[in-house]
Amino acid sequence: MLRRATLDNGLTVLVQEEHTAPLASVWCWYKVGSKDERAGLTGVSHWVEHMNFKGTTNIPRDQVKGIIEQFGGTWNGYTWIDQTTYLETATKDALDRMLFIEAERMANGLYHPDDCESERTVIISELHGGENDPDQFLDQEVVATAFKAHPYRHPTIGWLTDLETMTRDDLYGYYRRYYVPNNASLVIVGDVDTDDALRRAEHHFGKIPRGALPPRQRTVEPEQTGERRVTIRKPGTTAYLKIAYHSPAIDDPKFYALLVLDAALTGAYGLNLWSSFRLPPPQRSTRLYRALVGKGLASAVNGSLLPTQLPFVYIISVTATDGTPLAAVEGELVDELGKAARDGITPAELVKAKAQLNARLVFENDSVTNIAHQIGYFETIAGADVFTRFRPRIAAVTLEEVADAARTILTESNRTVGWFDPLPVSEVA
Amino acid sequence: MKSPDVTGAGLAPTRTTLPNGVALLARRTKTTPAVTINIAIRAGSVCDPADAPGAMYLLSKVIDRGTATRSADDIAEALDGRGISLGVTVTRHLFSFICTCLADDFDEVMTLVAEIIRTPSLPEDELETRKGEVLTMLRQDEDNPGVRATEALMELLYPAPHPYGRRAKGTAGIVEGLNRDRLEALHTSRFAPGETTIVIVGDVEPGHAEAVASRVFGDWKAPKPAPVAGVKLAPAAARRQVVIPMMNKAQADIAYGFTTLVRSDPEYYACWLMNHAFGQYSMSGRLGDSIRERQGMAYYAYSTLDANLMEGPLLIRAGVGAANIDRAVASIDEEVRKLVTDGLTQKELDDSRQFLIYAMPRALETNAGIANYLQTTEFFGLGLDYDVRMPDLLRSVTLDQANAVAKKYLSVDRASVVIAGPYSTPSA
Repeated sequence: MLRRATLDNGLTVLVQEEHTAPLASVWCWYKVGSKDERAGLTGVSHWVEHMNFKGTTNIPRDQVKGIIEQFGGTWNGYTWIDQTTYLETATKDALDRMLFIEAERMANGLYHPDDCESERTVIISELHGGENDPDQFLDQEVVATAFKAHPYRHPTIGWLTDLETMTRDDLYGYYRRYYVPNNASLVIVGDVDTDDALRRAEHHFGKIPRGALPPRQRTVEPEQTGERRVTIRKPGTTAYLKIAYHSPAIDDPKFYALLVLDAALTGAYGLNLWSSFRLPPPQRSTRLYRALVGKGLASAVNGSLLPTQLPFVYIISVTATDGTPLAAVEGELVDELGKAARDGITPAELVKAKAQLNARLVFENDSVTNIAHQIGYFETIAGADVFTRFRPRIAAVTLEEVADAARTILTESNRTVGWFDPLPVSEVA
Repeated sequence: MKSPDVTGAGLAPTRTTLPNGVALLARRTKTTPAVTINIAIRAGSVCDPADAPGAMYLLSKVIDRGTATRSADDIAEALDGRGISLGVTVTRHLFSFICTCLADDFDEVMTLVAEIIRTPSLPEDELETRKGEVLTMLRQDEDNPGVRATEALMELLYPAPHPYGRRAKGTAGIVEGLNRDRLEALHTSRFAPGETTIVIVGDVEPGHAEAVASRVFGDWKAPKPAPVAGVKLAPAAARRQVVIPMMNKAQADIAYGFTTLVRSDPEYYACWLMNHAFGQYSMSGRLGDSIRERQGMAYYAYSTLDANLMEGPLLIRAGVGAANIDRAVASIDEEVRKLVTDGLTQKELDDSRQFLIYAMPRALETNAGIANYLQTTEFFGLGLDYDVRMPDLLRSVTLDQANAVAKKYLSVDRASVVIAGPYSTPSA
């Protein structure tokens, strides 16, 4: 059972006992992501995340290596549009060590100027690595085109010139503004005693002072009033197509109808960004697979509907088979989406989509790490109870709701179409 | 620090062999009402015909698209309706079928997977469509610096006729030339009960798993495949470097490596620890410390060791910007030289050893993790108690032994290096 507590400094602590393995997973979540960045500082949330692995007042730089590995543990972190998070999973006797690391990370980051400088090139290398992948590059361009005002439009890694010019003070100022206990949630899941875990959390975090709640962006994305298009012409070997539709946030009931619709169109991925999205969905009987891959027009098709705090985009991605014109792929895809918008899905598709989603809920919660991720992820964007109510909410979705979601979301005026139309590759300098 | 009980009584899986030779390992867990099925057949890409590298890969793409009694659509409905994604993969030595299903669906899913393995119909129309997919994947690989660098390095390390040097997906010409008869003959000659290991992990009684396996595989008969010929490997005698210019890319991938040893070599554990300290521990060991942490040159720099039935490679990988390629290669050279000349420290060895031992509960937490582990232990003949014995095998490695294998297998003067990316000519 999930137990919630709030420390005097505002830190939310969530503990769930899972006694299936002698392990514990600790995640610390911050309500800060790339949507909180202003122009000129894009990428700062992610860079701050990198800096928070570079030593603290009580974990000197040369003692970072091995601090969790000596318990057989792993640690990591990620940043996305709504959140930044850090995790450790290790044997349960490392619980104190994990809490100590997270408390240090919240309050005592060093941000040595040399480390900031050295990390600049690491992050630019990460950005260039992403640009090497045309599918990822197109994704970034499509999202940037779909949003004209809201900061969801810029990539979490940031724009290159911002990464080249950001200073140590920019990073440290941002860190101090957002890394306060009343802007964070601590999640502990594993072979622990809840009361004991809460005591330890109080011991490690209780003295960290509350901070002023950070400012929030107020821009609301205006309604899209016509189709947008972006075409990338760069050297490459393979053509890619994406169509993005503005889609509901997690707290909108329409989200669940769209989730079921996506399962019928491309197969159910599930709702765990940490685990499900690493496994392909069951999809060979879905509409878009049959229409595109089944007919040899595409080698892959995927849907991406991610739970977000504010309305984001539902993206359908297609890899065209060698020699197939993108126009042919787009024509077929738009036809299929048009049918769904016009007629909704069938009762049999509804039953199958729900069965897939329910199975994924089982598969994606098979470890203390995955369970802790889900609790913290949803606490950060909407409240942890969203996570515990998935099953009834999916069960309650009706055919009419799916049809309504299809009719209102899959419209021409709500879509952004992106092409990666490759130019011939020359291997000469 | 007090030692955690990392293995307890161990996994203690049950192991049985069906009369026709199919091996079955089962382990019950009750974490979730789900079961992982992991079936591996010793029919990996080393079994590709000499004139058709990539044949097994293409077979893996079409084998689950129809059986003697079910169409591709029937199979898709049966799997999708249960929320199952069946992964069919080919590695150098294994052809694997892996999925996780709800415990309630176990019997039906095993029946379906057995049918796919035993009686694939390989429909012509499905084969043509899958060929189109593989040709597209080959085109994607051509534009991927990481794939280009790694494949070119393997070709350098394992020149023909060694099977490790061949591209697992083959080439466009080979894929286009393969037909149904060829794939069917390959299936008939390589898929056999004696080559098959079934691992079942999850919320199902081992006795029930065995009964189901017997029902769906018990009457399978097929001739024993011919052994795969070994190939004598000549380690590199001199340093070699290949550059693959990919001027449309934002950064380059470096692949740098050596051939090493077989998994059954007594020196394996020393080599495992040596590589872990060198390119894996924490933020990628010494390599990560130098290239990412101290010099800020790359988002990733690490090494992997793949000891196998034949002498596997130790591969060093890094992704770096165009301005840093020469510096990154020089830094890898320096780290290799220091490792060979000065060796690891006792602390580095002890840290890696402790991590690998204490990390076992994490590796064995999920059904999929346990199933993968048991499949590996069975493949290498490590024994059902390997998880209990492994800590002592690592504890027995001395610093001298770890440093001796570094000297034996690594050398800057015998390194093979490939650079793929925005780089045309090496600097003087």
